[in-house]
Amino acid sequence: MPDVHSLVNEFILKLKKRKVEGSQATARLAAVLLRSVISQQRIGYTNQAGALIDAVKAVGEQLVAANPVEIAVGNIVRRVLHIIRDEDLSLTTAAMAGLNLSAVSDDDDDDTSPDDHPVLSAAAVAAAARSTLRPPSLQSLLEDMPDSAAVPHTSSSGGDSEGKSKSADKNSRSRKLKHDVIEAVNELIQDIDTCHEQIAEQAVEHIHHNEVILTLGSSRTVLQFLCAAREKKRSFRVFVAEGAPRYQGHLLAKELVARGLQTTLITDSAIFAMISRVNMVIVGAHAVMANGGVIAPVGLNMVALAAQRHAVPFVVLAGSHKLCPLYPHNPEVLLNELRSPSELLDFGEFSDCMDFGSGSGSPLLHVVNPAFDYVPPKLVSLFITDTGGHNPSYMYRLIADYYSADDLVLQRKAAPST
Amino acid sequence: MEPRRNLRTVIDPKVRKVGFFAPPDRSQSVLPDPISAAVSAVQVSSSSPSGNMLSPVMIPPPRHHSDTLIPSQPSTRPVLHPVVPSSYTAASEFSPTAASSYTNGSRFPVDVDDGSFSPGRLAKGNSVKVLASSVPTVSLVIKPSNMEAADIPGVELQNDQHGDANLPKEKLSKAERRVLQESQRAAKTAARVISAEASKGSAGTSGAAPAKASKSVSKRSDNVSVAASEKKSGDRPVEKERKKDIPQPRMQYDDTSRVEKAKRRAVVKQTEARNRVELFRHLPQYEHGSQLPDLEAKIFQLEPMHPAVYKVGLQYLSGDISGGNARCIAMLQAFQEIIKDYSTPPEKTLSRDLTAKISSYVSFFTECRPLSVSMGNAIRFLKNRIAKLPLTMPESEAKTTLQSDIDQFINEKIVVADKVIVSHSVTKIKDGDILLTYGTSSVVEMILQHAYELGKQYRVVVVDSRPKLEGQLLLRRLVAKGITCTYIHINAISYIMHEVTRVFLGASAVLSNGTVYSQVGTACVTMVAHAFQVPVLVCCEAYKFHERVHLDSICSNELGDPDAIANIPCGKELSFPDRGAKSENLQFLNLIYDVMPSDYISTIITDYGMVPPTSVPVIVREYRREHIWI
Repeated sequence: MPDVHSLVNEFILKLKKRKVEGSQATARLAAVLLRSVISQQRIGYTNQAGALIDAVKAVGEQLVAANPVEIAVGNIVRRVLHIIRDEDLSLTTAAMAGLNLSAVSDDDDDDTSPDDHPVLSAAAVAAAARSTLRPPSLQSLLEDMPDSAAVPHTSSSGGDSEGKSKSADKNSRSRKLKHDVIEAVNELIQDIDTCHEQIAEQAVEHIHHNEVILTLGSSRTVLQFLCAAREKKRSFRVFVAEGAPRYQGHLLAKELVARGLQTTLITDSAIFAMISRVNMVIVGAHAVMANGGVIAPVGLNMVALAAQRHAVPFVVLAGSHKLCPLYPHNPEVLLNELRSPSELLDFGEFSDCMDFGSGSGSPLLHVVNPAFDYVPPKLVSLFITDTGGHNPSYMYRLIADYYSADDLVLQRKAAPST
Repeated sequence: MEPRRNLRTVIDPKVRKVGFFAPPDRSQSVLPDPISAAVSAVQVSSSSPSGNMLSPVMIPPPRHHSDTLIPSQPSTRPVLHPVVPSSYTAASEFSPTAASSYTNGSRFPVDVDDGSFSPGRLAKGNSVKVLASSVPTVSLVIKPSNMEAADIPGVELQNDQHGDANLPKEKLSKAERRVLQESQRAAKTAARVISAEASKGSAGTSGAAPAKASKSVSKRSDNVSVAASEKKSGDRPVEKERKKDIPQPRMQYDDTSRVEKAKRRAVVKQTEARNRVELFRHLPQYEHGSQLPDLEAKIFQLEPMHPAVYKVGLQYLSGDISGGNARCIAMLQAFQEIIKDYSTPPEKTLSRDLTAKISSYVSFFTECRPLSVSMGNAIRFLKNRIAKLPLTMPESEAKTTLQSDIDQFINEKIVVADKVIVSHSVTKIKDGDILLTYGTSSVVEMILQHAYELGKQYRVVVVDSRPKLEGQLLLRRLVAKGITCTYIHINAISYIMHEVTRVFLGASAVLSNGTVYSQVGTACVTMVAHAFQVPVLVCCEAYKFHERVHLDSICSNELGDPDAIANIPCGKELSFPDRGAKSENLQFLNLIYDVMPSDYISTIITDYGMVPPTSVPVIVREYRREHIWI
């Protein structure tokens, strides 16, 4: 346990200090951390899934609070929670296949309130999952209506009676659950690792000969996407906007040139001038919200507007770990982060002006250096994720596959308790 | 008006009877209504072929008798009085030949002339349809003898009713019109020839060209004056001149033969940048850094180059002087120096030799840095001035005239224009505003400072972009003044645009399709402002307007130093130290200008007022001549 604690604290510290860069790296680290949390979590005979969920949530809250803007962390926590629920559900259904369905009915219990961490019985999970995730069949619609309606009231631990009666079976099941969850989390980590390749595989479908592509800043996904097209013998030209305060575009340009792509580095201000000669804009994202809006590196809203003006397709590449189930509200401010002014002005340079107003109370000079931009869904032509290309309007449905509805409010619950 | 009409219908017969009494106030009564004069002229002309001595003055249009009774009449009279003498002379001189001598096109003689036509013509001219039947009777009555012109009053009365409406339609006689047109045409062609030739000269094709141009100007204008007197000179030359009016295509640098030619003449030996962007082959791009030491080494060898020109050219090259106004003023002041030190070589005329000299200096400037539109317009102005100098004018006088002309240009077109723009713009700033500006513009800076001096409470957002980071200079000056500022990079513009209430921008040029040619990045700023529905106000002096049109920023632009892109001030590991050795695949593009579409612009504030971008071609057209001639 102390081992996990120190690991968690270390990661939290990293997040707070913004030492982890890039949502993919963050997502991977978070998944690995949660895996170790799960593997170290001691679970009793009763309510194994609930215990796991509790543990993951407790850690997840801390992680999210450490850097609320790093949406990938919250996404991974939710995905892991979803995995636990899912595995538990499949185990339960497997178990229930042996039992008769009446077992569900003697699950009635009153030891938990729904406000507290809701400890879900297998049946409740099953019902909830059915209602939120599984496409409803006609049968389930007709038959299970009363059942699913009753679920919130009868949210129960469910283990008690079962545990007493079949402890031996339970024991093996609990071990099986943990094992399954860890397996699934491993799969998730692998998914995160390979999302670039999976996205890059689709490159040839989108890039043809003599294409002129514009991108801004640097993104591993974009780099691999372009390189994949290059490896398939497509010859095209890339304009890279440097992405001003951080100049990540220079990195991308170096990488592209190293792989033999025709690359032109431009300033961000020249985007509007150049976009009229561009066939496609391909960019990476920081996060994709449920409405299809994109939290992207700063400057991309400008690019998207220019692309719209000239009817240039604006394509966003995003691994599935970037898909966030939340709907944004005022994302330019609330999901943004202001970075150090020193990236724009040297500290020494304007120091005389900076403290000029200290006497009067408010300084005369403000330097604003936001990290992200919000690109509204109407400016996005296409999302390419590891599962294929999607319209912005479809993102909410895609996202629903990865998360369970109970976990969406993960963060808000944490707020009053901390 | 009512009583008048009634009166008329009632007294109609009476009026006929009093037809030929000469009222003592004839001179006053004729003029208020040119129609009456026209009609009286009908009588004159109908009688004049027979050498009639009866002057129109003596003809008493009886209507005026009645009209003088009407109280409204006297009020109109004094207004028209000044015309009286000319009308008299015109009328007294009246003869078939005299008709063609009218060139002033004043209304009165025109009317008189109109009268000389047949009644049918008269009816048409006056467009009196009601009276169509009565007109022939008039003519019939008139023709036999003027004593019997009993119907005239009726005509006159009807004319009077329609008179005011008909006035503009009272057209010139054919001969009249022709003469007038021809004189106008002559003036136009003369102007065109001069402007076209001058612009050709300013394109700086060769040293000999300007001299040729000025020669042809004088030749042409002679031709034109001759042509104007001829009737046949007609439309052809005009058409040609109109075609010449289109600005000449600029040098395309992917045209190798022309580039070679230009290189042979060039003072500054420039090496072409090696690794260039395919899309911009038509623009000159040179290795930066090589010219400056080269030029410095040449300082004593450049025999014909005036030191003032040399200095300014180097400043352009090194970027010490930038910005449309600053560059233009520097150039004009250098020209002043030249003119001060100028003396006409023997066997040459000042106007031709000086124009040639200036052209060679201009091509030197162009080699240092491509001319801005403001500079092009200023050069055009100066060349026109030189060409217009009379040949007889002594040299010293010509020199002082030119110097004062340049001073006047700087003062009127730049300094005063800026003041006017500032006074206009300040009215658009109110307390609590958050103004956004991009880069540095001298006018916008003046506006902000003036508004601050007026005590307006506002905040400024200074947007900046690589590689020049000019915004920092503006920021420093504004903060030093005490204005609250926010500083951002252009990428963060969507973040800040929520709170901005106005965008103030400067411009390098305003093109006649309403697009604004400005520092690269302004188009992005206006685009985002447009998306957030923030008004965009572009401040630009009218001398930067140009009749050229652009749709995108590719066709015409300027390429800056690519190394400026490659090197980042802060991150050493990101920049490319060995750019040249790197790779053929990597290029750096440093655009200087871009073109913002006119639909992003709310208004253009210029010295002629605040106009929508659609009015730019109107200003270019209407004020261009005044522009050139001041």
